[in-house]
Amino acid sequence: MEKIKNLNKFTRTNIRAYGLIILAFIVLFPLQSTGIISNSISGQLVPICTYIVMAISLNLTVGFLGELSLGHAGFMSVGAFTGVITAICLQEVIPSAALRLLIAIIAGGIAAGVAGFLIGIPVLRLRGDYLAIVTLAFGEIIKNIINCLYVGVDSNGLHMSMTNAEALGMINGKLIINGPQGAVGITKIASFTAGILLILFALFIILNLVNSKSGRAVTAIRDNRIAAESVGISVTRYKLTAFIISAVLAGMAGALYAMNFSTIAAKKFDFNTSILILVFVVLGGMGNIVGSIVATALLYILPELLREYADYRMLIYAIVLILVMLLTNSEKAKQMRERFVYKWKKRLRKNNDQQEGLKNG
Amino acid sequence: MKKVSKIASIIMAVAMVLACFTSCGESTTSNAIKIGAIGPLTGSAAIYGQAVENGALIAIEEVNAKGGLQFELKCEDDENDAEKAVNAYNKLKDWGMQISLGTVTTQPCIAVSTEVNADRIFALTPSASSTDVLGGQPDADGNVTIPRKDNVFQMCFTDPNQGVASAQYIKEQALGEKIAVIYNNSDAYSTGIYQKFQAEADKLGLNIVCVNTFSDDSANDFTAQLNEIKQAGADLVFLPIYYTPASLILSQADKMQYEPKFFGVDGMDGILTVENFDTSLAEGVMLLTPFTADAQDEMTKSFVAKYQEKYGETPNQFAADAYDCIIALYDACVNQNIEVSMSASEICKKLIAEFTNPNFKIDGLTGTGMTWSATGEVSKSPKGMVIQNGVYVGM
Amino acid sequence: MTFISNLINGISLGSVYAIIALGYTMVYGIAKMLNFAHGDVIMVGAYISFCVTTYLGFSPFVSVVISMIVCTILGIVIERLAYKPLRKASSLAVLITAIGVSYFLQNAALLIWGSAPKTFTSIVPFGSIALFNGQLIITAESIVTVLACILIMIALTLFTRKSKMGKGMRAVSEDKAAAELMGINVNVSISVTFAIGSALAAIAGVLLCSAYPVLIPTTGSMPGIKAFTAAVFGGIGSIPGAMLGGVLLGIIEIFSKSYISTNLSDAIVFAVLIIVLLIKPTGLLGKKITEKV
Repeated sequence: MEKIKNLNKFTRTNIRAYGLIILAFIVLFPLQSTGIISNSISGQLVPICTYIVMAISLNLTVGFLGELSLGHAGFMSVGAFTGVITAICLQEVIPSAALRLLIAIIAGGIAAGVAGFLIGIPVLRLRGDYLAIVTLAFGEIIKNIINCLYVGVDSNGLHMSMTNAEALGMINGKLIINGPQGAVGITKIASFTAGILLILFALFIILNLVNSKSGRAVTAIRDNRIAAESVGISVTRYKLTAFIISAVLAGMAGALYAMNFSTIAAKKFDFNTSILILVFVVLGGMGNIVGSIVATALLYILPELLREYADYRMLIYAIVLILVMLLTNSEKAKQMRERFVYKWKKRLRKNNDQQEGLKNG
Repeated sequence: MKKVSKIASIIMAVAMVLACFTSCGESTTSNAIKIGAIGPLTGSAAIYGQAVENGALIAIEEVNAKGGLQFELKCEDDENDAEKAVNAYNKLKDWGMQISLGTVTTQPCIAVSTEVNADRIFALTPSASSTDVLGGQPDADGNVTIPRKDNVFQMCFTDPNQGVASAQYIKEQALGEKIAVIYNNSDAYSTGIYQKFQAEADKLGLNIVCVNTFSDDSANDFTAQLNEIKQAGADLVFLPIYYTPASLILSQADKMQYEPKFFGVDGMDGILTVENFDTSLAEGVMLLTPFTADAQDEMTKSFVAKYQEKYGETPNQFAADAYDCIIALYDACVNQNIEVSMSASEICKKLIAEFTNPNFKIDGLTGTGMTWSATGEVSKSPKGMVIQNGVYVGM
Repeated sequence: MTFISNLINGISLGSVYAIIALGYTMVYGIAKMLNFAHGDVIMVGAYISFCVTTYLGFSPFVSVVISMIVCTILGIVIERLAYKPLRKASSLAVLITAIGVSYFLQNAALLIWGSAPKTFTSIVPFGSIALFNGQLIITAESIVTVLACILIMIALTLFTRKSKMGKGMRAVSEDKAAAELMGINVNVSISVTFAIGSALAAIAGVLLCSAYPVLIPTTGSMPGIKAFTAAVFGGIGSIPGAMLGGVLLGIIEIFSKSYISTNLSDAIVFAVLIIVLLIKPTGLLGKKITEKV
């Protein structure tokens, strides 16, 4: 314990973040594969993993870069649909599910990265709430376009159309994306192990970025853009880098997410999903990676635990959300907490003193 | 903040362990067959899920009153979302579900039907109408996207079935010279029906002059669509949509003093039961539906009376379909001598055999002599209805 | 003629957005927070008006007054319980709390009023007006909506420019600390802002549901998001900006539906928004922010 305390702050965060994930894996994996934990819990593992990746990647934009993004689900959507197309196209070529999943995730990440680049150039010129609304707008545009997209594959290759499935002109092919009905013929190849590996990869990228020269530049921009600019930091470049990395990770999470269900539709990746992820980030603490992980897992499980309360479930969820925000952020709660911690510490010290006194005496 | 996250992680660990225990601790010693239903009980589609739950509960009460085989229903919320539906499904599996009542809406049902197929739990969905729920259906060019899920059956019509039937009906009855369509392009149900309608209409030589769409995000204002349709001079508007947006379209057309004939599908049923709705707006609206709450047969009358007494509302077609599902499952279970102690996969095997048996016929609220084919589709005939003086009249 | 008809429909739809956007802009301008629960207060306002007319049998006008009173109280209560403790917290924390309030209102409405849609009786007792042999039809609702929107904007502008309270509110929006030093009660100013915003939401709810008469617990959420977009479009914090943004958004929405594609109309609306913001980064009538180190 002492040794950990002596390490610098970054290393400590790293150990805590990796440790938490690896520990979760070591505990949960055997339980899941032997079927000891309930279906309900084991069914939630992959979605939780994807949402964790979404939350830590959004934390990069919101927490470290300091820009509010309300369209993060858009990148997830791009990644998800690209991943699905890739996986279905490669179904015959690559028999190994794990390899196919890996390629789908990489393809999803690349596509989302390209989208992030294209969106980032105009978006990052704006500030504050204007930037937020433009990310929201892009999220909605992506949803709307994918909603009108038809993609199919046959022996002649990929077919694409914006009107309807018949316009694809396929012969004995397979329809991959069917407009608003989304992708329907997905083979489920995502696994908990893949989810954990993806989280570790995302952690590796983000923690290394944050602790690097670029990362310090990014936080400098967040704390004071003009000051950062005046010491020669290229604001646009660093902002764009952080934004794209965030998009790539979201795309990868999206691909993994899609591979866990037999169907996905564009409707899923709407404004509400973006907000949900933002809630995870804010509740976990801005710029706090471990916090994001914990908050995501907790808030994802909460509505499932509340299923007993049937109709009142989402009402209770809303109340819990408000109360948690009030308890962690309000002035009064902070003072009360500090007072409590102070008293607690004092009592501890007293106890220690007494023990010391006993020893000495 | 670090303290908070530490505390939070402890809470999480405790919560997870608790969740684990509660689910392990549940016993499966009740003496009724466990039927699990999944549907949107909250959110914007809540009305459909709640109707299914209510309809199924009434049927289960009746069935259990017979004293023989007993049924028990548990309904879980999916917020009309595939991901939540799978979570709900897993929760029901932990509860010990032996038969699945599918899910209510299409998108979640596609996801869940794949799961029930893998887990060998028999599923009969009251209202998820896409053929992707069943699988194994080729599209117009002969492309099969999803293989047939052999233990999934439907109580409602499939979307293509409705689209084709509507086009044929319009052609046969010569209902319109110039036809316009408004459909919801963010909804699988609506798009599915429209696509088949269009294909069939082309085949029959119907004159479709204008096709317009809307999405869930812009389901308020239809003036632009109606203006365009009016300009195109359409005399029949086909609305393969649910009744909530349909009621808006009717009232806006009325305000525009535009009075074409409207033709709907089964999702339109319920329009007369909307609280405070001016039924004179729906005068002359035609629809193809298997169920109407105004039907005069004994079964419907008793169902509607019970429903109104219990829930204070007039049942819609979702409730009726759910009722029929339970009736069908009960008859099938009795025919196959299914017992409470049987496992889900045993029951599944027997029910598949029963449902694909050509002698298995069900008389329900939504049709008489209903049978199922191995493709999972139900065969029953839709009734053409027209609204006159605020009630449905057969055409 | 179709063009004029579409234009009128667009202005009418836009006016509803504008009234909602005024609520967003007021709260943003003074409390510097995005009140995401605003759309749901609209829904509550509409339900209250519905209940008063349908179940209690009062006249539509009375129902508007009652629903304004209820929404005002609701707005103040929400502000006191959920937002006031977070006055010094980060703006994101308040945003998330507002989202929590939004979920709460929606689910409470679902439990109280049920999921079945209800048809709203229009509060406007006149029928539509037909011009040019019925080629151009203007609904009474759109006339009332546009008039209400203009009246509200004028009233709000006068209030913030002339009245003592309004001047105080403007001072708070400029600089909270300095306003406090000048003897302005910041807390009261913010509460009054929420009260006005919520009363506006009630009017918006009634007008929205008069024009588009379907009432479900999620009625307010999508118009809420669009109105928020409109507020940003016009320059958030600016009262004429909200009006202009709302009306333009309505017109763009209807025109893109009529002349480009109903499939992609939402995408087009948002694309126009992005282009405008790229040319004018603080919205059409937004104030230029000068930054100091």
